[in-house]
Amino acid sequence: MLDKNYYLILLISSIIGISFWIGFNVNLLPVEASINAPIYDELFKILFIIGLILFFGMSLIVVYSLFKFRKINGQSGDGIALEGNLKLEIIWTVIPSIIVLIVGLYSYNIYDRMGGMKELNNHEVMHNNSEKIWAGISQNSNNISGMENLNIEVSAMQFAFLFNYPNGEFISGELHVPVNEKISIKMESKDVIHAFWVPEFRIKQDIIPGQPTVLNFTPTKVGKYPIICAELCGPYHGGMRASIIVEEVSDYEEWFNQNKKTSA
Amino acid sequence: MTILINSKNEQKESLQPKGLLRYFSFSLDHKVIGIQYLVCGFLFYLVGGSLASAIRIELASPMSDFMPRDVYNQVLTLHGTIMIFLWIVPVVNGAFGNYLIPFYVGARDMAFPRLNAVAFWLIPPSGLMLITSYFVDGAAQAGWTAYPPLSITTPQSGQIIWILSVLLLGGSSIFGGINFIATILKLRRPGLKLMQLPMYCWAMLGTSILVVLSTPVLAGTLILLSFDIVANTGFFNPVLGGNVVVYQHLFWFYSHPAVYIMVLPAFGLVSEILPVHCRKPLFGYTTMVFSIMGIVVLGLVVWAHHMFTSGTPPWMRLFFTIATAFIAVPTGIKFFNWVATMWGGKISINSAMLFSCGFILNFVFGGITGVALAQVPFDIHVHDTYFVVAHFHYIVYGGSVFVIFSSIYHWFPKVSGKLLNEKLGILHFAITFIGFNLCFAPQHWLGLNGMPRRVAEYDPQFQLINQISSVGALLMAVSTIPFLLNIFLSIKNGRKAGDNPWNALTPEWLTSSPPPVENWEGEAPLVEEPYGYGKPIISE
Repeated sequence: MLDKNYYLILLISSIIGISFWIGFNVNLLPVEASINAPIYDELFKILFIIGLILFFGMSLIVVYSLFKFRKINGQSGDGIALEGNLKLEIIWTVIPSIIVLIVGLYSYNIYDRMGGMKELNNHEVMHNNSEKIWAGISQNSNNISGMENLNIEVSAMQFAFLFNYPNGEFISGELHVPVNEKISIKMESKDVIHAFWVPEFRIKQDIIPGQPTVLNFTPTKVGKYPIICAELCGPYHGGMRASIIVEEVSDYEEWFNQNKKTSA
Repeated sequence: MTILINSKNEQKESLQPKGLLRYFSFSLDHKVIGIQYLVCGFLFYLVGGSLASAIRIELASPMSDFMPRDVYNQVLTLHGTIMIFLWIVPVVNGAFGNYLIPFYVGARDMAFPRLNAVAFWLIPPSGLMLITSYFVDGAAQAGWTAYPPLSITTPQSGQIIWILSVLLLGGSSIFGGINFIATILKLRRPGLKLMQLPMYCWAMLGTSILVVLSTPVLAGTLILLSFDIVANTGFFNPVLGGNVVVYQHLFWFYSHPAVYIMVLPAFGLVSEILPVHCRKPLFGYTTMVFSIMGIVVLGLVVWAHHMFTSGTPPWMRLFFTIATAFIAVPTGIKFFNWVATMWGGKISINSAMLFSCGFILNFVFGGITGVALAQVPFDIHVHDTYFVVAHFHYIVYGGSVFVIFSSIYHWFPKVSGKLLNEKLGILHFAITFIGFNLCFAPQHWLGLNGMPRRVAEYDPQFQLINQISSVGALLMAVSTIPFLLNIFLSIKNGRKAGDNPWNALTPEWLTSSPPPVENWEGEAPLVEEPYGYGKPIISE
């Protein structure tokens, strides 16, 4: 009996060990390029590990039972008439409940750290203080402080994004932003529902006609990333993409001044 | 009482055509209607599957080069609508429900046989209408979700026919739901207690409650949407002051429960199949019943998790996260109970058993990604991507469709009196299981890395993974060949099955195969222990 338990513990701990190893070593996500991304990836890792443990565990039991308890040729008769076990059933009600609750609270914490639970106060939203703006992700609490948001207006239409820089009074087809600065975008749709998604930033927000939405983020890595429309918006939905170019502050300012001049 | 039933049946018999012709008639026999549902559903499955193949061919290359872009959107809309409303919902509810429920409650037919026939005969015309709308002015192309304003601005005829067809199918579903509730609660044989019913009855009771509560909401919503399209009203049209997010709330108030309408009956069917082939009682009957009802209640209050990236306030996101994640608890109970049913049994490894085990593995995987998707911050990144596509195919294909196949292998001897060929069955399982996982597992990665759903073109860096997925889809298409071959060969010259080839204890096996029109020659047997395997009384 002791022997059997010993193997069982060995098996369970190796499943957990393998799951942790995979969770920490297999990366399924793209580059982390915003303040939100590492927070997201932390949640992903935890869920990935819990998921692997459960999946490996269940699969192993199912496959083992199929082999161990299979009917050998010619064998007849029934298994034991076991109709239930209250203790076991309570265990597998209570333990998953606790896990689900902990995961829920933890993801609440993650969401809070991403700025999702923060009210989108009027001072964070650009003009039109009286206008009701629906929540996207708000600015991080643990953000680089002391800097003003860079406000950009996004308008989406079939099948393009346009980026309006109010400070420079010009419109661009590419979204240029300086690295490590708070960006606040206010989005409006001219026709149907679109969505603004940057996979490397791990953020997404629908752009809803008749209802402006706001999304705040802080890019942390210089580079060019895709902006993808994620909501079916018509025949060319798959082609509705733009680029976000994250630059050093000096490069960004050069680009900004160039455009400002030409359009002025 | 018995006299009444007899006179009714005499009348019933004299009115019905005999032989194969029955299946094309307005038959009132629940067994005939069940088969009508199954065969009709399977034909639509072949249509929906061909559309899926077209999608996977288009996605084998990153450019939109296989079909015009608007046709691609029509194809994906029809694929979703057909698979949900014409294949899975009618088959797991209508087909198996009609065939089995009267046996399980010890009745000679459903409570309302005529309503039952009407419910079935609504399906073929609305399905044909939906498919042929392509030839009018193009089919609907706003996705099966039909979100306005896209559904208002795309060509109107296709969208209106789509709405009409879904309304009729919803009506059929409601008629079926009312019928099942009445049959299970009111037509039970004297002496048969609720807690002695086979688990599929409980699953169908729960499902029918969901159908009756939530389908009317969808119907109302679609009627308002059709007003917006044809009469220029402004319920959901932002140009006229309407609100598009309200539509999403109303739509998902039906369409999330719809997932349980597709999955709960499958849970019930597995609960019938596993004990028979494991030769063990169903583990934890009472907790199973409570977990079904728990899923029904929770299933009604989780809809907004489809809208985490729409405009929803933060508190609402938090509530729906917790509610959604908690569905994992009753669902988990069921899976632990099934595994406990297998543990220590005398398991026959056959096609029905393999498909059921495949279902358990696929569904556990889809359930885990489901709990992850319930978390708002997780969902915000992967919402509307291929991660979601992969997740729900693990639930509806890996879950429900695997169970449909398992059930066909299990109940084919009852319906036809013949046995299916096991070798072909196991081949069918192997190709389906490998093809399915090859098709959908890689799609999780695609979604995480930046491929949105419902696109005809994509970033070339995703080409290889998409091609692997398309190979999986090809295998899934091929897997129907051994299945159909098996069915036709076995109907023609399969081995005689006898009345009860599995030595099962549930009531449908306690009559001849195929059963007589009145289900039993004499009175319906009183089955107090449908899962009494391994008990001394049963052995003789």
